[in-house]
This record gives sequence, C-alpha cells and structure tokens, in this order.
Amino acid sequence: MNHSIIKKITQAIAFNIFRIMSVILVAILFSILAFIVYRGASYITWDFITKMPEEGMTKGGIFPAIVGTLSLVAGSMIVAFPLGVCSGIYINEYAPENGFKRFIKLMTNNLAGVPSIVFGLFGMSLFVNTLKFGDSIIAGSLTLGLLALPVIIRVTEEALKSIDKTYREASYALGATKLQTIVKVVLPMSMPNILTGLILSIGRVSGETAPILFTVAAYFLPKLPTSIFDQVMALPYHLYVLSTSGTNMEESRGMAYGTALVLIIIVLILNLIANIIRHFLMKKIKHK
Amino acid sequence: MKKIFERIVEGFLFLSSTVTTITVLLIILFLFREGTGLFGKSPTEEGFTVAVNKNNPVSELNAEQVKNIFDANIENWKQVGGKNDSILVFRMDDIFKFYTEEELAGVDTNMTLLASKIDEVIQKNPNIIAFISSKNLPANPSSKIITIAKINLSDFFRGEEWFPTSQPVAEFGIYPLIMGTLWVSFLAILIALPFGLAMAIYMAEIAAPGVRNILKPLIELLSGIPSVVYGFFGLIVIVPLLQKTFDLPVGETGLAGSIVLAIMALPTIITVAEDSIRNTPVSVKEASLALGASHWQTIWRIMIPYASSGITAAVILGIGRAIGETMAVLMVTGNAAVIPHTILQPMRTIPATIAAELGESAKGGMHYQALFALGCILFIITLVVNLTVEMISKKRKQNR
Amino acid sequence: MIEAKNLNLYYGAFHALKDINLKVAEKSVTALIGPSGCGKSTFLRTFNRMNDLIPGVKIEGDIIVDDENIYQKGIDVDRLRKRVGMVFQKPNPFAKSIFENVAYGMRVNGISNEKVIKEAVEQSLKQSALWDEVKDSLKKSAYALSGGQQQRLCIARALAVEPTILLMDEPASALDPISTAKIEELIHELKKKYTILIVTHNMQQAARVSDFTAFFYMGSLIEYDLTKTIFTNPAKQQTQNYVTGRFG
Repeated sequence: MNHSIIKKITQAIAFNIFRIMSVILVAILFSILAFIVYRGASYITWDFITKMPEEGMTKGGIFPAIVGTLSLVAGSMIVAFPLGVCSGIYINEYAPENGFKRFIKLMTNNLAGVPSIVFGLFGMSLFVNTLKFGDSIIAGSLTLGLLALPVIIRVTEEALKSIDKTYREASYALGATKLQTIVKVVLPMSMPNILTGLILSIGRVSGETAPILFTVAAYFLPKLPTSIFDQVMALPYHLYVLSTSGTNMEESRGMAYGTALVLIIIVLILNLIANIIRHFLMKKIKHK
Repeated sequence: MKKIFERIVEGFLFLSSTVTTITVLLIILFLFREGTGLFGKSPTEEGFTVAVNKNNPVSELNAEQVKNIFDANIENWKQVGGKNDSILVFRMDDIFKFYTEEELAGVDTNMTLLASKIDEVIQKNPNIIAFISSKNLPANPSSKIITIAKINLSDFFRGEEWFPTSQPVAEFGIYPLIMGTLWVSFLAILIALPFGLAMAIYMAEIAAPGVRNILKPLIELLSGIPSVVYGFFGLIVIVPLLQKTFDLPVGETGLAGSIVLAIMALPTIITVAEDSIRNTPVSVKEASLALGASHWQTIWRIMIPYASSGITAAVILGIGRAIGETMAVLMVTGNAAVIPHTILQPMRTIPATIAAELGESAKGGMHYQALFALGCILFIITLVVNLTVEMISKKRKQNR
Repeated sequence: MIEAKNLNLYYGAFHALKDINLKVAEKSVTALIGPSGCGKSTFLRTFNRMNDLIPGVKIEGDIIVDDENIYQKGIDVDRLRKRVGMVFQKPNPFAKSIFENVAYGMRVNGISNEKVIKEAVEQSLKQSALWDEVKDSLKKSAYALSGGQQQRLCIARALAVEPTILLMDEPASALDPISTAKIEELIHELKKKYTILIVTHNMQQAARVSDFTAFFYMGSLIEYDLTKTIFTNPAKQQTQNYVTGRFG
C-alpha cells in the first residue's frame, strides 16, 4: 500500500515536471515567433515588398533581396532536384546491396552533416575562383544546390522505401519493365513525399546565409540582376547586414524586423504547403 | 531497343548517385589544398623580410619573439639569446628619422638608392632589427636576414594568439577559437538537453494525441527558421537582457551564443529523441505495465534505456550542428579571439571566424589559407560526428 | 474468483465484445478459442486492464477479480496488474540481463532487499523450468537466449511478482514445436498454483492444456464448458463446426 502511493506520487511529480518544462519551452519558442511577428507586422506593406531600398537601407523596400532569394532558390533547385531524385531512385531501386551502396549512403550522410560555412568555402574555392564564375547567381545556386542535395536524396529514398514491395511485383507480373514500373507505379505513389521534401528543402535554401556570403551575396545593389553571372542581394544576408553592419543600425531596425518576418512567413507558407500536400495527395493515392 | 534504353537510364541514374561522393571528395580536395598551403610557410608577409646587423649573433627567431620585439614587449637582445644590448626597431617609415628629405630625394624612383640607405642604417646600428621589403635589400647586403620559424601544425593548434594580419609577422594560433567553439557549443547542449529530453518524453508518452499533433508541426516549423533570424532575435532580445542581468560591459558573450544555439538545436534533439522513444516496441512497454510498473517507471526504466542509443545519437548530432553553426553565433558572441575564462565574455568560434574574415583576406594569401585550414577542421569534426552517429545506429540495429 | 458480468467493449463505434458472462474456475486452465478477430485477445486483456492503453476504448459491465470490480473508480491499476500476470504472444524480454528481467517486477513494486530478490529470481526461474539452463549466465543479456528460452524467461518474469492469475496470449504461437511442448508442460505444472487463462488459435493445444474452454465468435461468447465437452459433444452447432475445423 505504502509503496503504491509512493509510486503514484513519483509519477505525478515526474509527469508534472515534464509538463511544466514543455510548457516553458513552448512558451519561449512561441514568444520568439510572436515577438518578430508583432514587431515586424507594421513594416510589411506592399511598398516594402516591391520597392528598392532607399536612404542607406533605412527606408524603402527589400524587393531586390526577394528577387535575389527567389533566383537562388530556383537555381539551386534546378541543380538539386533532378540530381537528388535520380540519385535517390538509383540508391533505392537499382543499387545492389553491397559495400558500394553503403559507401554512397555514407557519403550522402556525410555531405548532409557538413556545416554550411564549409559549403561556402568550397563554393568560393571551386565555383568563384577555380571555375571563374565570380560572385554570381550561378556560383551561389550551385553551392546551395549541393547543400540541398543530400536532403532531397534522403527524402526520395525514404519515399520510395515506403512503397510496398507488392506494388512493384504486381507491375512486374503484368510484364512491365523495371523502368516502367518505377516511372508509372512507384514514382507517382511516392510523389507526395518527395514533393514535401522538396518544399522543405526550398525553405532551408532560402534561409541559408553562410554559403552565399562569399559566392553571390551583395551588400547593396541599386539594380536587379540581368544574367546568372550577376551578384544579387538575398533576404537572409540582407537581415544579417541590417542588424550587424548597416550604416545606421538604429534607423534600419524596422527594415530588419520586416525582413525577419518575411523570412518566417516564407518558412511558414512552405511548411503549410508541405503539410497540405502530405494530407491531400496521400489521401488521393489511398483512395485510388 | 527497349533494353538499351533501360540500360542508358540506369547508367544515368548511377552517375547521379555518385554526385554526393564526388562533392565530398571535391570538398576534401579544395579545402585541404588551400588549407595545407599555410604550413611550412614563413609567417612574414610575402615580399617582406626581417633583417639585423651582420655582427648580431642572433640569426633565428620564432614568430612570437618577432611579434614581441616589434610590440616592444622584448626590448633587449639578451632576451632572445643575443648580446646585452637594447633593441632598436626599424620599420620602413622610420627611414625619415635617419635621413632628411633632401638626402632621400629621388628614392621614390630609384630603388637601389633606398636600398643602400637602408643598408647604411642597418650597418651603423648593431642593435637594429628591421622589417623591410625584400626589394629593398641591396645585392650584397651588410645586413643579415633573420630566419623565422615556419608555421607548423603544433603552433597552429596550440598557439594562443590569432592575429592573421599583423605586421611584421602574422600569428595563426587557433587555440582560442577552438576553446570558444567548444565552450559555446557544449554549454548550448547542456541548456538544450534537459528541455529537449523533457519535451521529447512529454510528446512521446505523456501528451494527449491532440496536443502532440499541434506540437509536432510547431517543432518542424522552428527547425526550418533560418539561423539569421535566430541570430537577429538573440541580438535584439537576449544580448541586452544578459547585459542588464549580469551588469556586463557588453552583452555579446559566449552565453548569448549558447542560448541562441540551444534554441536552434532543440528541434533536432526533440525530434530524434522522440522518435527513438516512440520506437520502443509496444509489447515491451506492455510487458512492463503488466508487471505492475507505473507508466513513469516504464518510461524511466524500460523506454529510456531502450531509446538511449537514439538519444545519444541526438545529442552528438546536436553538438555537431552547434559546432558548425555560423551566422547566429557570429551575430551574438562578440567575436573576441581570446582564450575564454568565463562564459560571460565575448568569444569567437571557428565558423564565425571564417565568415567574418574570409571577405577581407587576400585570395591565396596566408590569411586565406588559414581560414581554409579552419574549414578543414570543421569538416573533420563533422566527419567524426557523422561516423559516430552511424556507428551508434548500426549497433542499435544489431541489438534488435 | 474471476468473473465477467455483462461485459461490453467498444473500439470507438465498433462493438468488439458483446455482453459476455463468464466465471473462471480457480487453479485451472481456461482456454479462449475462436477465429481471429473474434475478440478473445481483447477479452483476455480486460482482466488486467491492458485495453486502457488503446485510445477510444469504452468498457461497460463488470470484471470481478478477488471479489472486487476492477473497473470501478479508485482501483489501483498497477496493483491489479501485479496480481494478474501476463505472458505475450511474442517473447518480449527487456534489454537487460536475465537476472534483471526477472527482478524487474519486484523492483518496480518496491522490493529492494537484494537477498529477497535473489531468492525470488531463483524460485521463479525454477518454476518456469529455465533455472538449469541459465543459472551460470544470469548476468548475460536476455537477448542471448533462444526464442523458447526467452518465452520461459517472460513467464518467470511474470511469476516473480507472485500473481494469482496468469493471462497467456497465444504464448507458443511464435515458437517451434519442441519449445511449444515445453511451454505446455510448464502450463500443466503452473495450474497447481495459478488460475490460468490462455488464448490460443491452436485447437489441439487447447485440448491438451486446458480444463475449460470458451468459444468466441464475432465478439460473443458462444459456448463455455469443460474442454472435454466442447471438443467431443458441444451444445452448439457453431462450436462443433469450429472445433472440427469446418470454418475459421
């Protein structure tokens, strides 16, 4: 009797400690979001999004940074998406179960763990200096693309792995070739998961700063890029500049809040889209 | 025909799958090619030398001695193994102390004239040490060039001074950077771990499914927020808060970095730890409950030990991320390259150093190479972290 | 004394157990048989309230264990489960040593005297006929044992907390014939001390080990009688069909 009361009390104490710690943690994390939303909301106007920066980046908008980030996202995905999906398909569908497959997977995992600043160093050394692209959209996109590559490979692999073997066997039994099976049966079924991964990696790429510091990002540019060999401004770098080395940091604070909020909104929207895809496309496939 | 096409596609897919491997190899190649270039070089800037009078018995000095002489911390030759004589420091600008403008007329155009004048100065002053351009050494000098100890790996790791651009000798001691990185990262994990584990246990076992379904996407969202945003938040909120709370001269401290990093590492730790707790087989959990163990006893004595390797992996992964994180740390730690004594002082980490200085370093120069060497260190650390996590998860699979 | 009175169980909208009334004889083996999905496992798990773990479960009616309705308010579920031991379908030892597996139940129930624990571990392992095979390797991981040994370890683990009732959910279904024979032999021994309820899909096994048999179909208790009667002269045609293998 005695011990069972102790047991109950211990459990109540332990559970309440975890509850309280979780509440505190969620409150802190949530207040970070709330703080930036609250402070930044008043700066988000149509002008802010569509105008050039003015007066030493203390007024005006962040249009060139948005354009820059969009072009980097597009560029990096053109590189990473096809490569990543193809690579994922090979690893899961073709690669024989041997040391080679393990090696490739190990390398992919390693690449995923490399810090973004090392990507920056590498991108600068290879694309900017050795291949002589200079600080440019193409150098930045390639660097970011390589950074996103392991994420997309892993997501593709997982998505393909989750498709039951019986679907493949059913397709083979009907006389379909391996490639037909993959293209017509396996890929369509795993597409929602692959797309989800793609969207989440877009989120990551659009927020990375360290890899673009020395490959593409410009402190301030008065005009928009005209070719892939131009430098661009980018949202995360813009926020970094505004908050640490702007010409007038006090006056550009508002711009910084606005930029931070835009970055959060981008991530929020991408997460929402990913969740919607996950929900609806998955349902559609199940109903079929 | 069909078969050939299938073969071609397979070949193409195979090539794609090798891209990550090639990238890793290229990273190693490029990083290490630049990074190792630093070693074996003289730490004086290219095209410059340090010279003394021919009769001075001293012919070799190490980088630190040279720096201390030029900083006037060493003022007598005796201290570096020479005669008992005070040291006279000579830099190019000092030429005007020895000659009038008229005497130097024409040196701008006539390099040999300048060289001879410098030679004259060195000859006249037995106690002189001169930092001059190699071009200004005459063909047959009466001065002696000092051999300065080359940069080596041990000085690089153990050196306590990071002055990559100082004259006449640059110093590349990364010990303070390593310590800064370790302090900031480990404290971050110490802060994040109890909260992360508590939250993971709460989400996996205690929370109602409805609550969990809200928390899970929130955590996912937080892991997607860019590090600059966290850095910005740290700069605006945490830094002033710390400055006020601890009454500090500056709020940009190692602690600020640790707190920001802890917040950033939390989503990873929570997700991985929660997954591994939830991976405990239901039947094992039920067996414990069926023996009369309370839910908490089951969590504590059965599920957490079962998930321990996954939790360990989460911690190591978290440390790896923290060590490599750049922007947020750069923004809030104050970036002073000194060996830390307390967490409440400005610190500088390895990635922050690269981000802050690479833009200013001359391509191919020693400073540039030193920053690549730092990149190599980061790369090796992450490699070790990844391999460790890999080993842990492999062991885990074997145990099942 | 164990009894189910007007027991109904719902998984959300699904009516999984329909008005079950059943009195279990003490110190005997009662087998629960029926085709898969008939509710026999669910029924077994109502006796130690294991169904509580599944979200959306609703239970009506009474389960009486030792003159106490275990579904009434204020019941200490942990203490109930200490009295009602359970052995699962697949061997599920903890990732601990053989010794600690058996000692676990005592430790979580507040016994800390190492001498008492040691004696009880030995006693339980002897009861489950595993002692001779493991007495020299008690510190080894339980995963080092064979499947059959693991299942007997799980039985020893259940016995160590001194239950009066033992619930067995297809305890031999994952084992080879020789291990199965050992478990059945063990059940014979154990019924001298314990009241045993066993779920099995194996009709021969039910006939071999049990004294009473309850036949379930689609959530209802169709027939409950002496095992001999059920297998030789059942009252209901449905039962007849099932035990003779005409369906299920």
